[in-house]
Amino acid sequence: MSQIITPEFKLISDWITPGSHVLDLGCGDGTLLTYLQSYRQVRGYGMEIDPQKNIKAVMNGINVIQSNLNSGDLSEYFDPHSFDYVIMTQALQVVSRPDLLLDHMLTVGKEGIITFPNFGHWKMRAQLLLKGRMPETDTLPYHWYDTPNIHLCTFNDFERLCEEKGIEVMARTVVNSQHQTNVGMRLWPNLLGEVALYKVKKRN
Amino acid sequence: MKNSIGTVTPQTLHVDEPLALVSGAVLPQYDLVYETYGSLNAEANNAILICHALSGDHHVAGFYEGDDKPGWWNDYIGPGKPIDTNEFFVVCSNNLGSCRGSTGPTSLNPETGKVFGSDFPIVTCRDWVHSQNQLRQHLGIEQWAAIVGGSMGGMQVMQWAIDYPDKLRHAVVIAAAPKLSAQNIAFNEVARRAIMTDPEFHEGRFIEAGTIPKGGLALARMLGHLTYLSDDMMGAKFGRELRADKLKYSFEVEFQVESYLRYQGEKFATKQNFDANTYLLMTKALDYFDPASEFDNDLSQAFANTKAQFLVISFTSDWRFSPARSREIVRALLDNDLSVSYAEVVSEHGHDAFLLPNTHYEGVFHAYMRRIQQENRPA
Repeated sequence: MSQIITPEFKLISDWITPGSHVLDLGCGDGTLLTYLQSYRQVRGYGMEIDPQKNIKAVMNGINVIQSNLNSGDLSEYFDPHSFDYVIMTQALQVVSRPDLLLDHMLTVGKEGIITFPNFGHWKMRAQLLLKGRMPETDTLPYHWYDTPNIHLCTFNDFERLCEEKGIEVMARTVVNSQHQTNVGMRLWPNLLGEVALYKVKKRN
Repeated sequence: MKNSIGTVTPQTLHVDEPLALVSGAVLPQYDLVYETYGSLNAEANNAILICHALSGDHHVAGFYEGDDKPGWWNDYIGPGKPIDTNEFFVVCSNNLGSCRGSTGPTSLNPETGKVFGSDFPIVTCRDWVHSQNQLRQHLGIEQWAAIVGGSMGGMQVMQWAIDYPDKLRHAVVIAAAPKLSAQNIAFNEVARRAIMTDPEFHEGRFIEAGTIPKGGLALARMLGHLTYLSDDMMGAKFGRELRADKLKYSFEVEFQVESYLRYQGEKFATKQNFDANTYLLMTKALDYFDPASEFDNDLSQAFANTKAQFLVISFTSDWRFSPARSREIVRALLDNDLSVSYAEVVSEHGHDAFLLPNTHYEGVFHAYMRRIQQENRPA
């Protein structure tokens, strides 16, 4: 589930034009929006299903709409192109139809910013290959039976989905669990990257 | 009496200025009964107006001398509660047309010297808001920190935000709808027919006739009550439990739920002494509420000049004003880029949930009121 990782927020913030209109899906307690409000003067809303996180988001001064990302609520609430950016950090893998949600994101928003853990990282591959068991790592610290992640994918899978859907990858930053990057990750992202941040938009 | 604001006393504002009603009728003068809790600060920026629902009144919190039953929203208003009376100056007024002290069908018509009865003009949400605005001026409040209301109260909150955009900073709309559905109106009509066809109704002049249409009023309340509860909640509370050991195959009260409904109806008609004409007026006001109707039936347009920030709350088992109805409100507010938060609270208690304790509901509400507090006192 969405974790509070400030370095990731810094990286996202670098992609955001100041004063933008932003929607944050799975906004949790609103930490990212609070950060973007302070450092990028954005306006916008968060969406979150969890009541406890909702309460915290309201307390943090965030406009939060309690909503289930699986229910297609986005188009119920917003007109096309209502936002400059629709952001979703570490939530793509927990929704029931990531492909449909991606469509909705890029309908109500001009651009999408998405982060998710890479199931193609070498540690995943190694655990499955050598131990024959479902991987458990720092970025995916769950057992196979209690994980909220129902649609794990690799960077290659995600990029292929974008290709099929006519979605252009405008920028990609691949990092490790500490949100640092290195030459290796730039050369072999799908093998060495643990988390990726993607900036995408629909091709015209 | 824990966390209570203690004993309270209602006050009365007499307004001599005529009030032109939406219906075209004019009330030459009127009384508004209200209660206040906490105190207005020096900047007069901590005032909160509470709007009451259909059978509610101005007694929203605390106790009357010698009475152990608190106001209808005592769970949410008081020291340390979501609407913290240590921080806020809370005002609740009794709607015009009520039978609880504000000018209404049980008041004397100064023009005829008789009780108004069925002569009392039809009042609407907008009329209430206009009269509440008189109270605002009387209390020396330039702008409410927030206006808060559930159900019919939530409709008044929306009307305030539309009609007086500069007079409130926050609007809290709980378990409400932007207008009644055909089904809602149908339920209201059955309730009204129950009252009006009671032989004791005397075309609304029952006070002079020395009668009360208790039967009709009780039926109206039973029907209303039924729509406030959820099937799950009634199932959990009563199931098909019988009063006696076995079925009697008669039309007597056999199931516990029948007994409960009858008790609620009778209590309302007799012990609570609720005026039948008031019930008719309040349900009519609900039917008429439809702010979008003046804007090409476009609710977003209705909120176009609104400046308030909103908190909207709905309850999952409320089928009278379901979450979908609240989402219509949220959508219209979002269309105007207004500041809005929305909570859909899981509850089994149906429409009545807005009056009952609930952790999520209290949490969101409390958090939002804390935000208002912090705005008032910047660090």
